[in-house]
Amino acid sequence: MSDTNTMAVAHPLPEEHVAHQFHDAQQQYESGNLGMWLFLLTEVMFFGGMFGAYAVYRAWSPEAFKLAAATTNVPLGAFNTVVLIVSSLTMALAVQSAQLGKQKRLQLMLVLTMIFGAAFLGVKAVEYSEKWHHHHVPGLNWQWEGEGPREVQILFCLYFAMTGMHAIHMVVGFGIMLWLLMTARRGVYTASYYNPVEISGLYWHFVDIVWIFLFPLLYLI
Amino acid sequence: MTHHDQHGHSQGGVHAHISSTGMYVTIFFVLMICTILTYAVSTIDLGAFNFVVAIGIAVFKASLVILYFMHVKWSQILTKLAVVVAVIFLLILLLLTATDYTSRNWLPDQPGWEKHQVLR
Repeated sequence: MSDTNTMAVAHPLPEEHVAHQFHDAQQQYESGNLGMWLFLLTEVMFFGGMFGAYAVYRAWSPEAFKLAAATTNVPLGAFNTVVLIVSSLTMALAVQSAQLGKQKRLQLMLVLTMIFGAAFLGVKAVEYSEKWHHHHVPGLNWQWEGEGPREVQILFCLYFAMTGMHAIHMVVGFGIMLWLLMTARRGVYTASYYNPVEISGLYWHFVDIVWIFLFPLLYLI
Repeated sequence: MTHHDQHGHSQGGVHAHISSTGMYVTIFFVLMICTILTYAVSTIDLGAFNFVVAIGIAVFKASLVILYFMHVKWSQILTKLAVVVAVIFLLILLLLTATDYTSRNWLPDQPGWEKHQVLR
């Protein structure tokens, strides 16, 4: 990796940005970061429960998994994977822009991240409506002519639980981006104070990682 | 390249690593290549190895995102510890569930247990 063009910078921080309980800006920065990671740890366990259920039911009926996976729209899933990776790149560049104090670039990257996030949710809505059209929605609109209706139905339950919880996280992420954009337009974030941009970025990347696992598990294998 | 050393105790700014745009774009392209690879491998029938390869590539992609996009490579030791703990907790959750699931059939059937024919 080309790490040569990197640098460590320090800027004087306006005093009002350091909350009273912190010793200095560095401690505040590291505490905020660690706090976000502890939250992400709980999120790992939250999604981990569903991945555990997936693993058990996959071992229980591998054949039903193949049947269910065959009905998913792989091109749309692949497109959404690309969209999310691009949004992670723009999010990372948004944090970098904030670190460098580039206000316009920060706002541009936040807007791009929101556009890609919205595109992901739009494609997801198309996929859900396809599922509804084919009567593949357990509980509400369910019909399965092929083998193992009971086993396949459980897999569709997992599909909607996992992609649904992921989509809700995307909606929350979109809201956070909107808030970041509004505060960024007021010039709140500078090279010496950008904690909210950085830890919101951590959340966005986490949601991307969840999809990195969901795509192969639900669409491909 | 600027190196201010005003990391004092009372005031001072934030010391954090700032990665170059080139590095982010490089990681982005590696992630894209991995995504194409994931799809390509899934079209080949490798039996049980399809699952192993898909998860392996996903773990590699997630590691890249965590280390470079989420800056853990340059994070303080406590943050690194939190990431490792998250992985350990997840493994405890998944592996202990797996031990229960795989050892269920070691016991003889108990009265009252219903047998159900599963599609395999």
